[in-house]
Amino acid sequence: MRRRALICEFIRTFFKEQDFLEVETPIRAPAIAPEPFITPFESEDWFLSTSPELHMKRLLAAGYEKIFQFSHCFRKGERGRWHNPEFIMLEWYRKGAYYNKIIQDIEQLILTLAAKFGLNNIIKYKGQDIDISLPWPRITVREAYINAAGWDPVSEHDSLRFDTDFVTRVLPSFKTNRPTVLIEYPAAMASLARLKPDNHTVAERAEVFIGGLELANAYSELIDVKEQVKRFREAIEQIRRERQQQMPVPDKFLEAIVRLPECGGVALGIDRLVMLFCDADSIDDVMPFTVDDV
Amino acid sequence: MEISGARKNSKLLIDGALYNVEEAEFTKPGKGRSVYRLKLRNLRDGNVIDRTYRSGEKVEEASLDTQDEQYLYREGDQYVFMNTKNYEQHPIPEKLLGIKKNFLKEGMEVVMLMYGDEPIDVTLPITVDLKVIESEISTKTATITPQMKASIVETGYRIDTPSFIKVGDVIKVDTRTGNYVERVSTAK
Repeated sequence: MRRRALICEFIRTFFKEQDFLEVETPIRAPAIAPEPFITPFESEDWFLSTSPELHMKRLLAAGYEKIFQFSHCFRKGERGRWHNPEFIMLEWYRKGAYYNKIIQDIEQLILTLAAKFGLNNIIKYKGQDIDISLPWPRITVREAYINAAGWDPVSEHDSLRFDTDFVTRVLPSFKTNRPTVLIEYPAAMASLARLKPDNHTVAERAEVFIGGLELANAYSELIDVKEQVKRFREAIEQIRRERQQQMPVPDKFLEAIVRLPECGGVALGIDRLVMLFCDADSIDDVMPFTVDDV
Repeated sequence: MEISGARKNSKLLIDGALYNVEEAEFTKPGKGRSVYRLKLRNLRDGNVIDRTYRSGEKVEEASLDTQDEQYLYREGDQYVFMNTKNYEQHPIPEKLLGIKKNFLKEGMEVVMLMYGDEPIDVTLPITVDLKVIESEISTKTATITPQMKASIVETGYRIDTPSFIKVGDVIKVDTRTGNYVERVSTAK
């Protein structure tokens, strides 16, 4: 608990020293980003936030250039060694930055935290020394899948196989003594990231893994309203088909996106970050109260 | 049922075979589908297999009944139980009982888990009183931290007991762990 509080304090200092503004956005909203595989809790006829992303982008559209937030997020049915249905997400956004810059932010943040705890670029996690010195190895989704699972998810879209192979083959193939930054997701899995300007088959989306923990998901943010409307429609249709749930279109966000500047952002799971720095094997070990204790 | 409903100790029917869920691990790539990795023990042959499921997939849950039975006697590697209502007898192989075979006393009342006509598992009372038939002679006098020594109880089970336990004493044993709990009575 003490280390958890310290981590949050150090993170605040890290961002404030770089002139980021700490913000707070609503936990309960009439519309959220429709995600096929993230199920929200309903609250009367509204939803509990699954991520503060849309509101934070509205702040960027309103002119704030560097913002961060710790926020409570809620995702139904997500419970396991790495999951609790309510968790704390750290998100930050930068105007005029792309995902490469955001990945560097993540590297710097982890390095700074390690230094604050007196660790010399080595984090001990589950019996393994993890060397976090920079830069962390980047690997494209295509390379990672070809190496570990023998197929290319960029040319061959198979989302079912993608997720299973990820858990059973790709993630276990990452070096255990180094962080891994997985970059360039197939365009079909771009979510709210823009496509790579010179290669529209992949999106500027990155995921950071350390010690087997999926820690952060970064984007060069999509600012094309037409493309965004199309992706939301497809997601809403898929959710209606697979989950029999009717999700509303986040209209106010779409109105704001026309004013959204070029920007990059990331969502980082604080509970998992605390697991990493506390050498904890289960999220239960770092949360004061899990869903089973409340 | 949906795979998301599978928990540790759920009983599932897969390709016609009955399995117990030994471990269920939930993982989920942030934006992706939930993936459930199960470790399953075949309840007939004891073999353990791994299976991976994705969210939305269905599994067949086995519908099981429980009934009250009484332990009668042992015959070779079979332990014979009897339904206390209809007096039907069920031999259970030693392998299926595992550690529990060490705590069975004639006449003991147990709860039998049944899949149709087939016995699957036996639940014993949490503790059982067993008579000590052999015990090492303790040379040390009692101290504040009790010294442990090996004793053997009437079922032939070898157990660590405090040094003051003598042959003929009756002790309480936890059937879940196989550990000594307390002395119930001393030898006359």
